[in-house]
Amino acid sequence: MTVAIVRFGGSNCDRDALRALESVGVDAEIVWHEDGLPEDVTGVMLPGGFSYGDYLRAGAMAARSPIMNDVRDAAADGVPVLGVCNGAQVGCESGLTDGAFTTNESARFQCEHVHLRVENADTPWTAGYEPGDVISLPIAHGEGRYEIDDDRLTQLETNDRVLFRYCDEDGDPSVDANPNGSKHNVAGVLGERDTTAVLMPHPERAALADVGGTDGRPLLEGFVRAVDAE
Amino acid sequence: MSLADSDRELVEEELGREATPAEAALFENLWSEHCAYRSSRPLLSAFDSEGEQVVVGPGDDAAVVALPNPNTDGYSDTYVTLGIESHNHPSYVDPFDGAATGVGGIVRDTMSMGAYPIALADSLYFGAFEREHSKYLFEGVVEGISHYGNCIGVPTVAGSVDFHADYEGNPLVNVACVGLTDEDRMITAVAQEPGNKVMLVGNATGRDGLGGASFASEDLSEDAETEDRPAVQVGDPYAEKLLIETNEVLVEENLVESARDLGAAGLGGASSELVAKGGLGADLRLEDVHQREPNMNALEILLAESQERMCYEVAPENVERVREVCERFDVGCSVIGEVTEGNYVATFQGETVVDVDAEFLGEGAPMNDLDWEEPTEPERDLPTVDLPEAFEAVVASPNTASKRWVYRQYDHEVGVRTSVRPGDDAGVVAVREAGVGVAISSGAAPNWTSAAPYEGAKAVTLENATNLAAKGATPLAAVDCLNGGNPEKPDVYGGFKGIVDGLADMCSDLEVPVVGGNVSLYNDSPSGPIPPTPTLAMVGATPSYDAPSMEASAEGELLLVGDRVLADPDTEARLGGSEYLRQQGGSDRFPSVPEDASAFVQLLAAVAREDHVQATHDVSDGGLAVALAEMVSEDAGIVAQVPEQGGLSEVGEQVGWLFNEATGRVLVQTTDPERVREAFSGVAPVVRVGEGQRDPRLDLSVSWTELSYDVDDIAALRATIENELD
Repeated sequence: MTVAIVRFGGSNCDRDALRALESVGVDAEIVWHEDGLPEDVTGVMLPGGFSYGDYLRAGAMAARSPIMNDVRDAAADGVPVLGVCNGAQVGCESGLTDGAFTTNESARFQCEHVHLRVENADTPWTAGYEPGDVISLPIAHGEGRYEIDDDRLTQLETNDRVLFRYCDEDGDPSVDANPNGSKHNVAGVLGERDTTAVLMPHPERAALADVGGTDGRPLLEGFVRAVDAE
Repeated sequence: MSLADSDRELVEEELGREATPAEAALFENLWSEHCAYRSSRPLLSAFDSEGEQVVVGPGDDAAVVALPNPNTDGYSDTYVTLGIESHNHPSYVDPFDGAATGVGGIVRDTMSMGAYPIALADSLYFGAFEREHSKYLFEGVVEGISHYGNCIGVPTVAGSVDFHADYEGNPLVNVACVGLTDEDRMITAVAQEPGNKVMLVGNATGRDGLGGASFASEDLSEDAETEDRPAVQVGDPYAEKLLIETNEVLVEENLVESARDLGAAGLGGASSELVAKGGLGADLRLEDVHQREPNMNALEILLAESQERMCYEVAPENVERVREVCERFDVGCSVIGEVTEGNYVATFQGETVVDVDAEFLGEGAPMNDLDWEEPTEPERDLPTVDLPEAFEAVVASPNTASKRWVYRQYDHEVGVRTSVRPGDDAGVVAVREAGVGVAISSGAAPNWTSAAPYEGAKAVTLENATNLAAKGATPLAAVDCLNGGNPEKPDVYGGFKGIVDGLADMCSDLEVPVVGGNVSLYNDSPSGPIPPTPTLAMVGATPSYDAPSMEASAEGELLLVGDRVLADPDTEARLGGSEYLRQQGGSDRFPSVPEDASAFVQLLAAVAREDHVQATHDVSDGGLAVALAEMVSEDAGIVAQVPEQGGLSEVGEQVGWLFNEATGRVLVQTTDPERVREAFSGVAPVVRVGEGQRDPRLDLSVSWTELSYDVDDIAALRATIENELD
C-alpha cells in the first residue's frame, strides 16, 4: 500500500508529509505531477507549499494540472485523498471539496499555532479523536479564509461535512479564535465522500515525537483507516 | 559611475592595451567596494577563522562547519553551511523586492556548497519607528522576506529588528542562511579541471539589475528611490524553488564539479571567480546564454543581475544528464563555454570582448589605506526619572517590544525542524541527520555600537553567544555582516574599525571562529551615516532538540547570573547604550564586557541542559527590567526585588541596575539554586532576585516603591508594533 504525495513545482511540505506519514506507519512516496498517479496508489496527499508560485490564485494552476484528473477519479473510487494548506486550496479549486480558501482577513501571511474542535469524529480522518476534542495544530498561510455561500454552508453543516473549526482552548469557536476570518470558523471540510478531506492547518507538522507535538498523528492515520474500511 | 582613472591605468598596464568596454565594466564592478572590499579588507585580517570544526572558511559562497558528534568528543561528517549577506541599498529603493532578492541570494550561496537550506535569520534596521517612511520600509521589507522565504519553503527561525534615527536614509537588511550538507555532498566554488563545461542554469538573462555592485558602493542620493530603481532586481521565488530542487538532484547525483551562484556583477562575476579560485581560465560564448530579451549586447549579458541563476562546472559526460534534470523542473539551461588553462576569455558573435587573467580580475584591486579617527566616549550625565514611567517607556519601546508582528508573517516551521521558535533568545532547529539541535542567533545593537563601537561590538558578540548558551547550545562558528557609512570620512572609518576589532577580539576570546561574512559600506545618505552595525549570526550545537523556555514557571527560584554590579560594590551600573537613556535622554559610558566570558558561556550551555532548570533568559536590550517582563506568561509570573547584596541603597543605583544593558548576564529559574551557584563558582556571580508565582504578573520591589503589572498589561505595553501596523 502506497500513498502518493503529489509534488507540483513550488510544493514545499512534500518532504515533511513523507516523513510524517512514515512515522505513523503509512508507506508513502513523492510523485512528480507530470508523471501522473501510479496505478496502485492507496491514497493521495496534496501537500502544502506555493504550487506555481500561487501566481494566479492559490491552488488555481495546480488544480488544472493533468494529474488532478487522476486524483478526482481516485477520490470518486473512494481512494483516500487529503489536501493540506496549499493542497486544500488545490482541492477546492479542483472541485474535490466545496467552497474556497481566500486571502486572510488580516491580508497577511500568518504562521502560528491554533486550536481546532473536531466537528465530526465519524470519518476515517477523525476516528482517532472524540467528537468535540480540542487539538492544537500549526497554520502557515496567507490565503486560508474559508468562503462559501450561505446555502451551501448550511448544506455542509447539515450533512456533517465540516471536519474542524477554529476554536479557543476550551473548544468555543469564537470570533477571537478565528485566525483568518473563515466563515463559521471552518478550518477543514469533507468532499463528497468521507474519504476526501481538506484542511488549512498542518497535521504533518504535529506528527513527530521530537518536534511540534503529536496532535496531527490520528488524522494522518486516516490513510490506514480509509483503506481498512473499503 | 565608471572605472576610476587610477584603476583604468592599472588595468591597461596589466593588459598592455586599452580595455574593451566590457572589460572596463567588469573591472568597475568587480573592483567596486561591494565586491573587492577595498576599504575593509585591510581590517578583516583581524578575524580568526580557524578551528577543528571549520571545513571551508572565508572566501567561498558560504562557509562549511562540521557539527559535533554527540556520541564522541569529535565532529561528525554532517556539516552546516553558514552565510550572510546585506541587501541594504536595494531595500531602500524598493523594500519589497530589495529584501526578497536578498533572501534569494543567500539561499543560492547555500545551494552552491551542495547544501539544502534549512533556516534563515534576518536582522533588520530602520529609522525611528514613529516616522511614516520607516514604517513603510519596515512593512515592505518584512513582506518581501515573507513572500520569498515562505514560498521557497525555508523557515525563518531567528533575527532582530532595531530602530534608530540614523538609519532614516539608509535601512539595513542583513540575511543569514544555514544549510545542511555532508562530506559526500559538499561542493565548492573552486574550478577543478580544464576541459569541463561551464553551464548556466536557471532564469533567462534579461537587462535587470545592471550595475548593482557599483550601485551598492556609493552613497544613496536624495532621489535614490526613483533614480536607482533600475539597479534593483525583481525576485521570483517560484523560479528559486525550482532551482533549489534542480540543484538538489544535481548534487545528489554528483553531477557538479564546482558551483557559484550569480549575484553581484552577474555572470561575469560568478564565472570569473569560479575559475580564478581554481587558478584556471575559461572560454565563454556569450551568445549561448539563454536570454529573456532580444538584442542584448555583450556587456549586458555579462553584468545583468537577473535573479535565480547558478553557474556550474560540469564534466562533459554529465552535460546531457544536467540538461534532463533542468528540463524536468522547467529550469533554463545552457552550455556557455569551457574551463581552460588560459585567460578568462569571453567572445560575443565571434568577437573577443574580454581577455584577462581571472586572478587579476578577482584579486587585483588595490586596497584603500584610509584615515581614521578614534571614536570618543560620552561622559556621564544621567536623567532623573519617575520609575513606573521609565519602566513602561522602555518595555514599550519598538526596540524591546514584541516582534511577533514580524515573525508571524514568516513560515518558521516548514521543514518540521523548529524546536525553539522565534521570539525566544535563539531559534533551535533539529538536525536529526547528526542527532544535534542547531541554535541560531543573529543581531547587532545600534545603541551600543553608537555609544562605543569597539566595546559595543564585543558586547554584540557576547550577547549572541549568551543567546545560544541560554538554550543549551555551545557556540560553533559565526559569520558577520559589517555595515558602515562612507569610509572616506575618518570618523566613520574609525567607528567601522572599532566594530571590526571588537567582533574579532571577542570572537577570539570566546573561541568562536569567524568563518565568513560580508561588508557593506557607503550606507550614507543626505541624513548622515548609519551607526556602525556589526550584525553577527552565530550558530551553536546542543545534544538535545529541547531547550528551557524563556517563560517562567510558577515554582522555582529566579537567579541572576553574571551581574558584576551586585557582586562588586566598586562596579557601578553604566547606562551607556541603553534603551533607557535613549528614551529618557542623558549619556553614560558603555559597560565593558567581562574578562572570563568564555567560561561563562560554556558553563551556561551545560547548566541550561540540566533538569532542574525551568527557564532561562538572556538579559540584553532594556536590561533586567525588560528581561523580567518578558518572562511573564499566561501560565505564571515572577516576584522580584532588588537584592540586599551589592548595597544598591540609592534610587539612582537601583534604577541603573534595572536598566543597564551590561552583557554576559542571564536569568535562570531553577528548583536547585545550590547546583547553579556551584556550577558558576569562581566564574560568574549568582544572586537570587526572586521566584516564580502562580499569578501571571510581575511584582517588582525596589526600596521606595513597587511595580506590579499583569500579563495583559505587559502584553499591551509590548504590542507597540502590532498596534501601529495591524
